Amino acid sequence: MSDLQAFLESQWAYLLTIVLLVIGLYGMLLKRNFVKKLIGMNIFQAAIILCYIVFAFKRGASVPVWSPEKVGTEAPLYMNPIPHGLMLTAIVVSVATTGVALALLIRIYRTYGTLEEHEVLQRLRDDG
Amino acid sequence: MDEQTPVLILIALFVGALLVPTVGLARPRLAYPLTLTTLFVYALLSANGLVAVIANGPIRYHLAGWKPPIGIELNLDHLSAFVVGVLATISLLVSVYARVVVRRELGSKEMPFYTVMLIMLVGLNGMVLTGDLFNLYVFFEISSLSGYALMALGHRKAAVSAYRYLLMGTVGASFYLIGVAYLYALTGSLNMADVAERIPALHTNPALLLSIVFVVVGLGLKMALFPMHLWLPDAYTYASSTATAIIAPVMTKVSAYVLIRVLYFVYDVELFHEGVPIGAALTWLGVAGAVVGSVMAIAQKDLKRMLAYSSVSQVAYIAVGIGLANHYALIGAMLHVLNHAVMKCCLFLIAGHIALQTGSTRIVVLDGLGRRMPWTFFAFTASALAMIGLPPTGGFFSKWYIVIGGIDAGQWPVVVVVVASSLLTAVYFFRLLMRIYTAPEPEDSTGLTDPVWSMRLPVVVLGALVILFGLFNVWFVSGLLEDALPEALRVVSADS
Repeated sequence: MSDLQAFLESQWAYLLTIVLLVIGLYGMLLKRNFVKKLIGMNIFQAAIILCYIVFAFKRGASVPVWSPEKVGTEAPLYMNPIPHGLMLTAIVVSVATTGVALALLIRIYRTYGTLEEHEVLQRLRDDG
Repeated sequence: MDEQTPVLILIALFVGALLVPTVGLARPRLAYPLTLTTLFVYALLSANGLVAVIANGPIRYHLAGWKPPIGIELNLDHLSAFVVGVLATISLLVSVYARVVVRRELGSKEMPFYTVMLIMLVGLNGMVLTGDLFNLYVFFEISSLSGYALMALGHRKAAVSAYRYLLMGTVGASFYLIGVAYLYALTGSLNMADVAERIPALHTNPALLLSIVFVVVGLGLKMALFPMHLWLPDAYTYASSTATAIIAPVMTKVSAYVLIRVLYFVYDVELFHEGVPIGAALTWLGVAGAVVGSVMAIAQKDLKRMLAYSSVSQVAYIAVGIGLANHYALIGAMLHVLNHAVMKCCLFLIAGHIALQTGSTRIVVLDGLGRRMPWTFFAFTASALAMIGLPPTGGFFSKWYIVIGGIDAGQWPVVVVVVASSLLTAVYFFRLLMRIYTAPEPEDSTGLTDPVWSMRLPVVVLGALVILFGLFNVWFVSGLLEDALPEALRVVSADS
């Protein structure tokens, strides 16, 4: 029991990202509405961004501004800035993807008058 | 100048992608000539890069002077120069073809079309050139996002298929990103060469195996590897003909290239045999895809949809070559990247002709067209024979290498299925050729002729290239591809 508790206490952040990943995938695969699928996709991407941030985090470490007087010169005293930088880019990518997806959804709505998957598919079939 | 070539290729395309919309807003007429000029400069640069690499070996360029592993590195070696060459050839020929078709199919959307096309090429070339795992993800998404936009232009059903492709493509890219997260956490580096040095010490680490699985699934989605190909047929069918002709040959091929790059140059070939049997998985998914793609293609009544399913089966051959992981199989996979790009581009351009002239891409409209459009259907026949894999076309030789690779690996079932799938391909292409050359012409077909020269020339050039690449395949293999192989596969292993 204590093993499990220790595991949960040290790794809960990773477990959270896994839960988010699964929720995102569930939304994309099983929801029948195109907008809900998009929300699922956003949750999925957010989970990955969180995952990077979690493993870059160090308890008690300083911001990555090099200052030998105040903090010291050892690497463990600083947070790793690279995953944060990477994830800024990933956030931009995710915003751009959402933008393109919403633009496509507007076009689908204007053409078929609905965003429910089965109705759109039905109209696609009728369209011939 | 040679050492600047990798970055100049990207800059040339990027400047073009900025100039086309800015100039094109004021003067829409200039959008096309600017695109063509950009692609011409890009083609010259990539030819220069290819020659320089063959003469002097790989070129490594450090962006902004930051040395790897800190900075981002662009890497023009034999393999990437080869793929950049394929991209340049295809995009230049398609843009020559595009002038008339884009104006007629898309009208006022001409300028956005060319802009998005150039941005997509920036992304694809970046994917090929970069030596950094995260940078690869960024270029991956640049090319995907512009790919979704390109596919959404066209038929009104295109928006739905592009949206589904977007969902699938984003999941693929995200899976790749998870794989990179594991790699970064394990090695603390994102530079491919640097990561590759640290991999051997981690062979038994389960996180490493998990990262391979995520990366392969992510790239597999993008390259439409069976059973992750479901987005592809609709997306290719409903996009405008020019968009399909540029996306179909290059998008899946660049993903296949990235798979080769990551599996062989970052991970270790040794890993294929331990831990996760990723090579076997790729081989068997490829084998299944080759058969399923061909069978589905036989069932289609629409030319573009049929070609889309045949893409699924041809990409599967590349996956088989990658999965077998020996000297000949990998050469076959690389050669098939070239050959399939050329022949699929040619066939989709011809589908564009037919759509423009007859207003339909149903297979029945092909009846008797062979006599009316001799040039077009010369190229069609050459590409169809290459698809089936008949000598002396390029398709024969790439499949030949893959089959030899299968024999070398002792995988007899693979050999049998590759040959059987070629026979299935023959079924649907000979059915088309029968219609084209022997069926009686319908009454109302007067007025159908070969299109204007700007559309005819690229098709004929591609048709000729299909045959030339077959005749001169030895030059490609010994002059370029043998040097492009990873160290471990350079020599034919003795125990096979």
